[in-house]
Amino acid sequence: MSDSPADSGKRTWLIASGCAGAVGAGFTAVPFVGSFLPSERARAAGAAVEADISALKPGEKMTVEWRGKPVWIIRRTPEQLATLPKVDAQLADPKSARNPAELTPEYARNEARSIKPEVLVVVGICSHLGCSPTDKFQTGAQPSLPDDWAGGFLCPCHGSTFDMAGRVYKNKPAPDNLEVPPHMYLSDTRLLIGEDKKA
Amino acid sequence: MAEFKEAPAGASLTTQVTTWFENRFPTAFDAYRVHMSEYYAPKNFNFWYFFGSLAMLVLVIQIVTGIFLVMHYKPDAALAFASVEYIMRDVPGGWIIRYLHSTGASAFFVVVYLHMFRGLLYGSYRKPRELVWIFGCAIFLCLMAEAFMGYLLPWGQMSYWGAQVIVNLFAAVPFVGPDLALLIRGDYVVSDATLNRFFSFHVIAVPLVLLGLVVAHIFALHDVGSNNPDGIEIKAKKDAQGRPLDGIPFHPYYTVHDIFGVCVFLMAFTAIVFLAPEFGGYFLEYNNFIPADPLKTPPHIAPVWYFTPFYSMLRAITAEMMYVLIACVIAGAAFGVLKAKVGALLKGAIVVGAVVLVAAMLSIDAKFWGVVVMGGAVIILFFLPWLDHSPVKSIRYRPDWHKYVYAVFVIVFLILGYLGTQAPSPIGERMSQVGTLFYFGFFLLMPWWSRLGEPKPVPERVTFAAH
Repeated sequence: MSDSPADSGKRTWLIASGCAGAVGAGFTAVPFVGSFLPSERARAAGAAVEADISALKPGEKMTVEWRGKPVWIIRRTPEQLATLPKVDAQLADPKSARNPAELTPEYARNEARSIKPEVLVVVGICSHLGCSPTDKFQTGAQPSLPDDWAGGFLCPCHGSTFDMAGRVYKNKPAPDNLEVPPHMYLSDTRLLIGEDKKA
Repeated sequence: MAEFKEAPAGASLTTQVTTWFENRFPTAFDAYRVHMSEYYAPKNFNFWYFFGSLAMLVLVIQIVTGIFLVMHYKPDAALAFASVEYIMRDVPGGWIIRYLHSTGASAFFVVVYLHMFRGLLYGSYRKPRELVWIFGCAIFLCLMAEAFMGYLLPWGQMSYWGAQVIVNLFAAVPFVGPDLALLIRGDYVVSDATLNRFFSFHVIAVPLVLLGLVVAHIFALHDVGSNNPDGIEIKAKKDAQGRPLDGIPFHPYYTVHDIFGVCVFLMAFTAIVFLAPEFGGYFLEYNNFIPADPLKTPPHIAPVWYFTPFYSMLRAITAEMMYVLIACVIAGAAFGVLKAKVGALLKGAIVVGAVVLVAAMLSIDAKFWGVVVMGGAVIILFFLPWLDHSPVKSIRYRPDWHKYVYAVFVIVFLILGYLGTQAPSPIGERMSQVGTLFYFGFFLLMPWWSRLGEPKPVPERVTFAAH
């Protein structure tokens, strides 16, 4: 170590060039972090899918894949539809008022959460941590469900329950109702999932 | 720089070769002395001190078997599951390499949990070993990331849905969550892109960090010296040559001792590899022998056993539980204001902090706080050196009732682990909520309870009988 005082001019430039280098390193990180984002191919895979529901009988469910997620199409029976207003008081968000822009398109903001009352179209992914709930259409007492169960869905991961319109019950881990994807009828029996009329 | 030495005339060939190397690479010779032949470890190590070297052994097993697995594995959503089955059925010896790796993952957590518990028992995290402990906690965190990402690779149902659940944990963060989850997955759902990046992290990024941390952990340990079951500093009593009176050179004494431990460990380890590699569905879950299906969640999903205590805590945080937690925050703040010996300004800060926290707890979903609790359960370990205020380090000289507190802590941790493997149930939920409160109470109230009671007299020298 020399005893001569540090050259403050040189030190200023050292600090300045160090800072410039840090900024450069920061910009270098951009393409690397950017590479974590969905690729163009993954983005393109988000196209709408068509579903033919002519063979779907009342009380039946079919699943189609859209953006890698299961989309359920369920033709509900009149009895199942009749349960919907009855369970309103037990639900966290019966009117689908939370995050309506993301979860419930305008045409589904009704008691049945659907365009045609009997045909429910929802993404079968629990709003808690992304598991796919299982069908529990059978009413009445059964394991993991309350004794006055009115039919709906049970998420096997953390026990969230949903009614026949995909609305979440109160005091469950899942905060939100199941998502209704944008969808429209191309004809009476052909559904387009992923696109609606405003697009 | 070391002095250049000349081998004496007529020296043996071995001496000449050694001198040649010592002149050209003295670092290696210094390292051997510092870490092996002149590293003085306390002579009273007991059973609990096997697990550090065993963790190193398992790390080596994982790296070696991992290298060979990568030679046959295909990180592609369309091929991954079949390539693992190919390793199991068609690659000569593939099955044993894969079972060594999968059993090694569970064995790693067994030895690391026991190693950490040893630290807890004997106060090995106390001054001056705080950094040793912190590096160790960072290793534990890396290990969890490594295990989680490795579990996706076989692309079975549990791989897929486990990753789906854990990645969605990040989506619970307010404002940036969904984008963060997208950044992790690289797609809108767990997909090929996710598998590829997890593969990259699992085989390169995390192991590199892990190795660096292991080196830091050992260097820091060898700088401050090992603790021992009596919690006494052996460096306080030295002989004329400056060697601790209660210390013995690591090599050959503890190298031989550890080789014995390795033999016993390998007996148990290989017994599992050969006789019960799935370990009743705890080491390899049955659902993971079904290829990943993005459209169907298995009826019962649970993480592998080593994550289940933390997973239970995640599930314990429901909307009801939030009110209990809010009550805890208010009680904690009131206690701080009334009892803590700090200035008025800091007390004001406590009140403001508590109000902000309660407001956040009321306005953000319980789902997010579940994630916070689960993460906090691991992060809180980092702070242990500053939570423990006991006048003595080792459990041996703590008041007897401290032993019961530790026993209850272990039982609660095991119960939380058990509940995490089970399907959700109302009774299980209540038990896990009580368990979560106890887990955090144990740590957060430690500054208070660890000071209570009369510690026993600590001896001058370590308790050791020659055998």
